[in-house]
This record gives sequence, C-alpha cells and structure tokens, in this order.
Amino acid sequence: MQRFLVILVVALSLQASVAEWSYQTSWYEKAREDKVARGTVWPQPRSVGTTSARFSFDPTKFKLVADSGSAAVTNKECKEIVDHALSRYADLLFWIPEDESVSVSGDETVHQLVVTVTSPCSRYPSLHSDESYRLEVPASGDATLRAQTAWGALRGLETFSQLVYEDNGKHVINRTTISDSPRFAHRGIMVDTARHFIPLPYILQNLDAMAYNKMNVFHWHMVDDQSFPFQSTTFPDLSGKGAYTKKHVYTPDDVSKVIEFARLRGIRVIPEFDSPGHMMSWGQGHPDLLTRCSPTDFQPDIYSLGPANPAREETYTFMQRLFQEIRQVFADEYFHLGGDEVNFQCWMSNEEVQQFMRQRGFPNTTVGFADLQGYHMKRILDIIYHHFPQRTRGIVWQDVFDTAIVGNDLADVSMNTIVHVWEWNHTRELARVTQAGYKALLSSCWYLNHISYGQDWPQYYGCDPQDFQGTQQQKDLVLGGEACLWGEWVDSTNFVPRMWPRASAVAERLWSPQSVTDSVAASPRMEEHRCRMVRRGIPAQPQGPSYCKYEWNIQSDLPNYRPVITSSGPRVAAAGLVHSVFLGVLVLVAVRCLP
Amino acid sequence: MAVLSLFAVFLALFVSPLPCHDVPGYQKPVMVQQTGKVLPKPQTMTASTEAYALAMPSFKFTYGSSSEMCDIVDQAFQRYYDLIFDIDGLRKAPVASKDMSELNTLQVMVKEPCTGVYPSLESSENYTLTVAAPMGTLVADSAWGVLRGLETFSQLVYRTDNGMMLINKTTIDDFPRFAHRGILLDTSRHFIPLKYIKQNLDAMAYNKFNVFHWHIVDDQSFPYQSVVFPDLSAKGAFNPYTHLYTQDDIKDVIEYSRLRGIRVVPEFDTPGHTASWGAGLPGFLTPCYDGTTPNGKYYAANPIRNTTYDMMTKLLKEVKDVFPDKYVHLGGDEVNFNCWKSNPDITKFMETMGFGTDYSKLEQYYIKNILDISTSIGRNYIVWQEVLDNGVQDKSTVGEVWFEHPTIQAVLERLTAKGYRTLLSAGWYLNHDVYNPGTDWSTFYKLDPQVFNGTQEQKDLVIGGEACMWGEYVDGTNLIARLWPRASAVAERLWSAKDVTSMADAAVRIDEQRCRMVRRGLNAEPLHPGFCQFEYD
Repeated sequence: MQRFLVILVVALSLQASVAEWSYQTSWYEKAREDKVARGTVWPQPRSVGTTSARFSFDPTKFKLVADSGSAAVTNKECKEIVDHALSRYADLLFWIPEDESVSVSGDETVHQLVVTVTSPCSRYPSLHSDESYRLEVPASGDATLRAQTAWGALRGLETFSQLVYEDNGKHVINRTTISDSPRFAHRGIMVDTARHFIPLPYILQNLDAMAYNKMNVFHWHMVDDQSFPFQSTTFPDLSGKGAYTKKHVYTPDDVSKVIEFARLRGIRVIPEFDSPGHMMSWGQGHPDLLTRCSPTDFQPDIYSLGPANPAREETYTFMQRLFQEIRQVFADEYFHLGGDEVNFQCWMSNEEVQQFMRQRGFPNTTVGFADLQGYHMKRILDIIYHHFPQRTRGIVWQDVFDTAIVGNDLADVSMNTIVHVWEWNHTRELARVTQAGYKALLSSCWYLNHISYGQDWPQYYGCDPQDFQGTQQQKDLVLGGEACLWGEWVDSTNFVPRMWPRASAVAERLWSPQSVTDSVAASPRMEEHRCRMVRRGIPAQPQGPSYCKYEWNIQSDLPNYRPVITSSGPRVAAAGLVHSVFLGVLVLVAVRCLP
Repeated sequence: MAVLSLFAVFLALFVSPLPCHDVPGYQKPVMVQQTGKVLPKPQTMTASTEAYALAMPSFKFTYGSSSEMCDIVDQAFQRYYDLIFDIDGLRKAPVASKDMSELNTLQVMVKEPCTGVYPSLESSENYTLTVAAPMGTLVADSAWGVLRGLETFSQLVYRTDNGMMLINKTTIDDFPRFAHRGILLDTSRHFIPLKYIKQNLDAMAYNKFNVFHWHIVDDQSFPYQSVVFPDLSAKGAFNPYTHLYTQDDIKDVIEYSRLRGIRVVPEFDTPGHTASWGAGLPGFLTPCYDGTTPNGKYYAANPIRNTTYDMMTKLLKEVKDVFPDKYVHLGGDEVNFNCWKSNPDITKFMETMGFGTDYSKLEQYYIKNILDISTSIGRNYIVWQEVLDNGVQDKSTVGEVWFEHPTIQAVLERLTAKGYRTLLSAGWYLNHDVYNPGTDWSTFYKLDPQVFNGTQEQKDLVIGGEACMWGEYVDGTNLIARLWPRASAVAERLWSAKDVTSMADAAVRIDEQRCRMVRRGLNAEPLHPGFCQFEYD
C-alpha cells in the first residue's frame, strides 16, 4: 500500500506540474548546450582545488602507470585490480577520433599519471573498504594518484578520467588537486531479474555505469514470485522449473563472471534470496517448501501457493543447504534475506500452519502472524549467523524490524543485521530503526521504477538518508542506500536508459558531502555526466532538451540494432484524459487498499 | 468520455482480483508465444485450424501473370522473406514436417502501375489475402495494399518451439478505417539519429501506420539543412556537422518511407516555436522591447515585414521540391503575444490594420499569408487546431487536434461543425509515459476519433490521427522503447473497424505484436512481467 501512496504523491506532483503549463507557453525550455560543465566530476568530490591553468594530452604518448615501489605493483591483489583498471581507463581517457584530433606539440602536456597504493589489498571489496584517494595534476611533471587501497585507486582513476575534456580537438585537463572519500560506505543499485530476465550483457553494462558513478554495491534481487533464474547446483529444480525457460537462467559460470566483473570495478555483489514471501517461483520445483493457501480465501489460480511453510522443519533444512551453496558462490560478507510483504491470509488459511501456531503459543491475530514471521526470520538469521564457517551477515527489508516490534521479538533480530528501509514515511522508520540500534539502508525515495513525465532526478537528489529526527549516533548508523529498479515493466529493451542518469542523482547523494544539495547548481555537471556515459556506451536517457557531441549511435551505418556493450518548456499536456484516468486508478487503489 | 473511463476503471478495480497486501500488486508473468495473430486486426478474417508448413528455400513470393511489377514490391518480397525466416539472425532453415501440406508460394497481384509512385492521402491500401496450400494469393489495387497484405501475411506465420514455421488456412479482406494514420517525431528538442528514424519507420510499417509527421524543427534546434537558407542549420542546429539532416539524409528517409508505403509530412511550424530560426535568418523574428528600447530578445516570426513572407515563400518552395507529399504541416500553435505587444512597430501596424488590441487578429493575418503562400506554390497543408479556432476560411485546411479545450470531443465537434477535415492527436501524446504501460495503452485504445456529438457528415471529416512523441525527454537512447508497443494501440484504433473494442482480445494481439517487434530487432518495452518466446538481447 505504501508503494501506492508513493506513486500517488509522485502522480499528484506530476499533475501539479501539468497545471503550471499554460495553454500558451510564455517561453520554451532551452536546450542545454551552454549549460554543460566540461571536465567536471560526478559525483562531486569532497574537496576540489582547481585552476584555470590547462594542460593538453598527447594521446599517443600519455601513460597510466602504477608506482613500482608501492603496493600497486608489489602486492599481488592490488596489482591485479590496478592493472585491469589501468587498461580500462587507458581506453576511456581519450575519445576524439584520430582524424579530428589536433596535434599538441609545443603545448605543455601531461605525460603520465602515476598510481600509488599504500597498503596491501583485499581480494574483494567490503563494507569496510577504504575508498579515499588523493589526486594531483600539478603545474609540471607527473600527475599523481595516491590511495590506501586499490578500491580508492579505482575511484581516483574514474575521477581523473572525468577531469579530461575536449577543447578545439584537444584532450585537456586543468591543474587540479582533489581529496576525496565517500560520505556513505554502502552505495547500491538494486536490479530485479525475476519479473523480467535481464541478459548478462546488460548486467555487465550496468556494472560499468555503476563504476562511472562510484557506486559500490550491486544488490541482485535475483529471484521472486515470477521466476527463479538462479541455477542452483544443490537444487537444480529451482531454476529447472522456476525459471521462465531453460534459457532464462544465470548459470554458475554467469554468476562468477558477474562477481569477477564487479570485483574488478570495486563493486560488491549482494544476492537477495527473499523469504518467506515472494517465493512462488520456488514452489514450481519444490511445492512442499511453500504454504498451501485455501482456495476459498484467495484467488485459487494465483495464490494456491503462498509464503514459505514455517511449520515444517524441512523448510529450514532446505534453506540451510541453499544458503550454503550461496555462501560458496558469493564472496560478500552480506546476504540480503528479504523478509518483506508476507501474505498472512495464506498462513491463516492453512491448517498445518494454524496448528503450528497453536503449538508455539502464537495467537490467531496480527500479533501472532508477526510472531510467526519473526520465527521464520529468526530461523533464517540463525542459519547465516550460527551455521557458517565464514562470517556472514544479513540485510533485511524493514518489514522484519516492523513485525519484530509488533510481535515483541526484536531480540531475535541480531544487531549485526542491517535494516533496509523501503516504505513510505522513511524518516520515521529510519529514526525508529536507528533508535533501536540497528544499522540502516535507505531506498524509499529512490524507487526508480516509478516514473513520471519530465525531469525527476532532482527529486532523488533532494532525499538525504540522514535527514530524520535523531542523535548523531543514530545518523551514523545509516550506512547508505540503494536505488531500486523493480522489474515489472523493465527488461533489456529499456532497463539501462531508465536507470541512468536517474541513478546518478542517488550516486552523488551517497558519495558527496552532505552540503552538496543544490540540484540547479549540479545540473551542468549532470549534463556533462550524462553525455559522458553516452559516449562510453551507456544509453543514459536525456533529462530535458539537450544534445551531446557524441550521441547514442549517431552513426547510421552500424550493422544492426544491437546496442554496443563495451565501446566506446514542454508542450502543453494534451493528455488530460490519460492523466485523470491514471490518477483515478492510483487514488482508487490507494483508497481501496487503505486499512 | 473521461468520466465514463474513470467509472470503468473504478468498476474494474473493485471487481478485479487486484491484491492489496502484496503491493504494488503481484503481476502475473505472461509468456507470449507467437500464434499468428494480426495487429491491427483485419476488417474481415476467416481462419481455420488447418495449418500449412512454410519452408526455406522452397517458399517464394511471385507476381501473378498479369500483375504490375515495381521496386516497391520487389523490395518488400525481400524484406518480408527475411522477416519471416530470419529468426534470431541465424537463418536456420526450419524443418518442414512431411505429413503436412506445404505453402510454397504467395502469388501477388498488383492492379495499378506502381513504378516510381509515392503514397498519398487518397491511396488505396485495400488487399485480399488467401492462404491455401500450395499457393496463396494476395490481390491489391496498389503496391500499398500489397505492402499491408505482406505485413499481414508475415504476422500470420508463427514458429513452433521445434523450429517449424506454420501458417493457418486463412482468408482476409482488409482495408483501413482511416486514411491518415501517423506518428509524430520531434527532432528538435533532441536530435534523432537516422538509424532510429529508420527503426521507427520499420515499426510503423509493422503496425500499418502510413504517415511520418516529421516535426523537424522547433525552438531548440534547426537540424534541417536548407539549400536556400543554409545558415538555418549552420547556426540553428545543435551541431552543424553532426546534428543535422542533410538533403541526402532526407532523400534517404523519404525513399525508405516510400518503400514502406509511408508518407513523409514535414512540419515547419510558425510563427511561434521558431527561436532556432533567428540566428540563421536575420530579420525573421520579432525584436522584443522593454519600453521603447529593444531588449535583445526575439520571439516569433515578425508578421509585419514583407521580408518575413519572402523568406517563407523561398523556404516553402524548397520544401515543396524536397518533400514529394502533397501536404505540408504549417504548425501555427502556441503563439505567445507578449513580444508582439512590446514591439512599437507592431503596435503601429495594429492601428493601421484596425486590429485594435486583438493580437489574435494579427496572428490570423500572419497565418492567412502563410497559407496563401502554401496554396500558391501548390501544397495542401495541415495546421494545429488554434489556427482553425482563429477562423481561417479555407475549407481545404486540415486541422490537427492536440489540446483538449475543454474536451477532445468538444474540439472535434467544434472543428468539424465548421466544415474542416480533422486529425486527432490529443489523447495520444505518448511522450507522457507512465509507471505501468500495461494500463495506459488501453486509454489510447479506447479513444475513438469519431465518438463525439455530431452528424455523420461531421464524423466523415475526421480523416485519422497521430500518435505524438514530443522530444523533450527522448533521444536515440530511449525513443523506440518509449513509443512501442504503446503506439500499436493507436495503430489498431486507426486501422481496424470501429466495433473492434474488446480489450481482452486486443491485449493478446498487442502482447504478440510487442514480442514480434522484439524478435524483429526493435526494443519495444514490456507491458507486464514475463517473457517473449524470442527475447531482445
């Protein structure tokens, strides 16, 4: 219901903006050609000292090199990441076609960027990774990038590549000093591959875009009611019967490709296996795992199988074996365990579950069902906290916290667990969660699947995860947030342009200092960044009349329609009917669904 | 109508099994199989369950012995052969079953000469298609009818999971309900690379649209490279080297369209929406004033100078030579009077002309001159509705309804009562996208251009409509996905019979059409969770 209210609010603001457009527009929305801030960095670094002194590059001679005396070369883990990054950024740094590029002999030029890493590196990035770096493009000599870890070096290389801009056929860079580190440690993108299957090339393309935005968590909402594309070796029937088809799966090989591709970009991959709700597709191959709903209570065709069946011990044996496999496959310390939107009516309709509740002394009330959900989540949390040889921690949707409060079971939710806030009224929820001492993530205001006509990134930009009533201690418990793109109406045809550059607004909110809040001031950098992504092969959609020098596939002689993965005042709304019907639907759904 | 729709939605919501507890509502996934359904639905169609196999290389398109022949049809044979058999780009020869009759030929009969012709508002698009083994027939008056018939034929073919290509025994007699079925693309707010213009023309052909309304220039940029006024794009394009349509590009688009039976109607919108003209055409725009001094701003064509009309004459003569269609769109929408009001020369002119302070009379004066120019050089024209509301007298004018003032139906009633031919695009602004495209296509679908209070004569004046994709928020990155398959709903409304209104039937056709477009390489967006038999990847 809360999601509907969010849409409703969005829709009302949309309607308001429509009303502002008059029958006869007084002026028009200018294209942004003069509003592009070339060579600016997105997300805005913590501290930038820049001058108007410029240097040009000779692309044929310029080198990105690792400091041979530092961990960037001497430490095997660091070297692997840095070497890959140097080769990637060597390709990204220069883009002017050779025949248009101007010779720079006689100019003052930058010859190399020397990358220094000061400490040994971990193989995988983590919540605790240091991503700080210091970048200097001095008056003469080499440019230098210094970071404690390879992850910091990655962020610094991205920044360096963004400082380069084009002027009269030359690649140039201003004399600049940057000290940078992220405001939040967890800066994520959630991709839903269950409502629609997203082919691997688009997952990888999105990881590239994340790296261009310094985002560091790929929250992979891999399975859900609609389909189960994760190919499990322990339980092959999960995808064998639960995937859309045999082709709509992520094989172990695909998954390890994604993890490796992400690792090399300093991105953590956190898989979500949501339970006890959102599991219908699991039931295709393993019907006994789920609760059979009484067909009289709900639509028999859709809801014949409901949430996980908590009454059976086999459920938890199954979950433990599956999580053991997932533990083997995924490197990150954190798993997302879901726990949202549980259908209590189905549990209520099932005699076995009812009997179990009586045994456990759970009343047949909302509190009792909250107890039951709490029981399920406690069993799941027990698996990861007590049965795994290596340290594993959980992230759960806020429902787990909320129902634990209702059922007075908060003690069952380990304090090591992160609570992921997604529902409406997030400021209240963040205050409650952190007051109880839990670490929190925010997504409520960053549901990018909710679209509205026109430019909406400033709205994402304006949402601050620490903007709630609470002590500094509470605010420090907010680790960051995630932009979520739920997949009901998104697949490979529209996934990447819908995500970017709207998610870039979230990227800056999570990386840059709290004081960077002016979306109008950020707009010229946003334009630059959008065009930069397009130039690099990410089909980021426009945010108003504009153009990029290098448009998406401006050449008409490309061989086919396939996107390239690794290369390279509005009119008055004449759609009142559409709007009113759309609004009507939302209002009615909201009203109908209100308790 | 709006009230009715709301009520319908209201009812639907309360009786439908939409769950509340699982927000935003569990969306059941839909697996879309190709079954050979045709969108837009043909006027009359008789299909049996008897299926024939199609095989490569034995299947072929041929001309009937007395048929006219031309490049339009030749090339369509090649295109549709590829579309039917080129599954997944692998050119796998489908396996023909031995115990099944084979359709090995579709014989095409064109009655009218078709060499070098262009489609027009009056073109016949009728066709009769008979699918029966071993040889089917497609008969049409014109090459345009053949194109529509071949599209239908290609849609009737479906592929089983084991790779067999089948088509059911079918007879179709088909023709469009409306003669003008358009898509508007705006290439001024963003430049749309040729590649996507062509992709969109392909999509239009797959949906039997027949007019590409090219809103080629506007305030933001002027990408049309003019021969008589080269400075227009040199100074008005976003980038005069890369963000423009050269004469060659335009010829390319026109030919690509012609081969698909699509008219190209360019729009040169004046007097408003012309900011990008100013730099390349000095003296064309009106200088705006603060008190008695020019403030350096310009707005709208200057209606009081003869040179303005000379420039328009030269430009429209060129447009006539470049674009073969008999119609040009002359715009005329959203004129703001503030700048005209501020200009003392215009104030004097108003007095001289006896317009008083009624600036709509000045607008009318300007438009009248432009329409006269167009008539004198031999071009019919379409204009946005304001022009007709302001009282243009010429009954040959086609008015395009884009603004509900006060309702779509009221505007249609008003304009047709005045005797003007009318196009509908209000209600079909597809640039306004919504969270769930599975809901908004139905709104487009339900809008009928002939449902308003009026006589049959008035209704006959409605010659069609257009789905508009204004360009503020679309470019090459997202154009196709945002437009399709939502525009398919408009396609069916404009082609199929008036009584084709069942949403349930349409939903099945539009699902298959979306997946068909995806299979053909267009990134048409999904309408609900699920997947296509052949995915976009």
